[in-house]
Amino acid sequence: MTSLAKATAADPRFTESSTASVPQRWPSPGDEHVGKDDHGADPFVIGGRHLRSRLLLGTGGAPSHEVLAGCISACGTVLVTVAMRRVDALAHGTVLDVIATHPGVTLLPNTAGCFTSREAVLTARLAREALGTDWVKLEVIADERTLLPDPVELLDAAERLVNDGFTVLPYTNDDPIVARRLEQLGCAAVMPLGAPIGSGLGIRNPHAIGMIVEQAGVPVILDAGIGTASDATLAMELGCAGVLLASAVTRAADPVLMAAAMRDAVHAGRAARLAGRIPVRTHAVSASPLEGRADLTTGLL
Amino acid sequence: MQIQINGHPYELPADATLDQAVALVSTTGAGVAAALGDEVVPRSQWVLTRLDPGQRVEVLTAAQGG
Repeated sequence: MTSLAKATAADPRFTESSTASVPQRWPSPGDEHVGKDDHGADPFVIGGRHLRSRLLLGTGGAPSHEVLAGCISACGTVLVTVAMRRVDALAHGTVLDVIATHPGVTLLPNTAGCFTSREAVLTARLAREALGTDWVKLEVIADERTLLPDPVELLDAAERLVNDGFTVLPYTNDDPIVARRLEQLGCAAVMPLGAPIGSGLGIRNPHAIGMIVEQAGVPVILDAGIGTASDATLAMELGCAGVLLASAVTRAADPVLMAAAMRDAVHAGRAARLAGRIPVRTHAVSASPLEGRADLTTGLL
Repeated sequence: MQIQINGHPYELPADATLDQAVALVSTTGAGVAAALGDEVVPRSQWVLTRLDPGQRVEVLTAAQGG
């Protein structure tokens, strides 16, 4: 067990029974209590709401509810995605029990597994009814092999859901034109992929992500493809407003430690973006002044 | 009458309503939503929604994902 895991194990929030009473309504990102971000000068705002963490955590792939709870705390997220699935009458506790033990953490239901606009819209409406939030991570995939978004169905579903009052965060390809169309339809953010879901390939086309950031008037959240901390940092350095990841943490050898690494990676990348990196040069630029050097060329000895 | 709940057949009284169907798969009803065919039925309407034989009911909740 890592020292971090020991620390979280001692935290009473992780020792509560998973069968603790479940509230009838879970906090949603639209609630006032989500509150101000910790960086007053650098607010992270989606759909008019301040979020105090730029890291969004997907809950898929966690080996247990206990590990998931540790990851949520360690990465500092305030927004976690969940899928909508048939009720399992035999299940011992649900992901909602985990969320209920983390005050301030809110749900972002997704439409994972939907192949058509019709399925995605119905799933979003079920999520709104079940969880009391009109925020949705819109995901309309083309096939199971690639899990890549189907842009035609995605745009159609985005339009329907925006018109139905949803705050829509669409998972999209790294295509600047589709991203622009999604924003024009009224999406609250755009979430381009770095690489296919679960691949851990990192950001395969940083140039495209940079172009999306450059033109976007809504937050750009890098979603999918993150493999390790440096990928998350790169996303933030490219100007993304946030990062959404799941597998990189939940399927890591030590998920809680990786969750902490991702928290730091996002902070570092954001700070570096704001700080303004030096230009890339072909040749060296001395970091030490040339003036004032001793004359050692003629041989003092 | 027989109806399909989450893909499985269940036997319900002839005058059964949607709340009875949901109760068969969710003891608390917390954090769940129900769809009849392609329509989401708000929780407040469950007791008022009569079921017909052979109808498909989907009862969903949040699961790990994304």
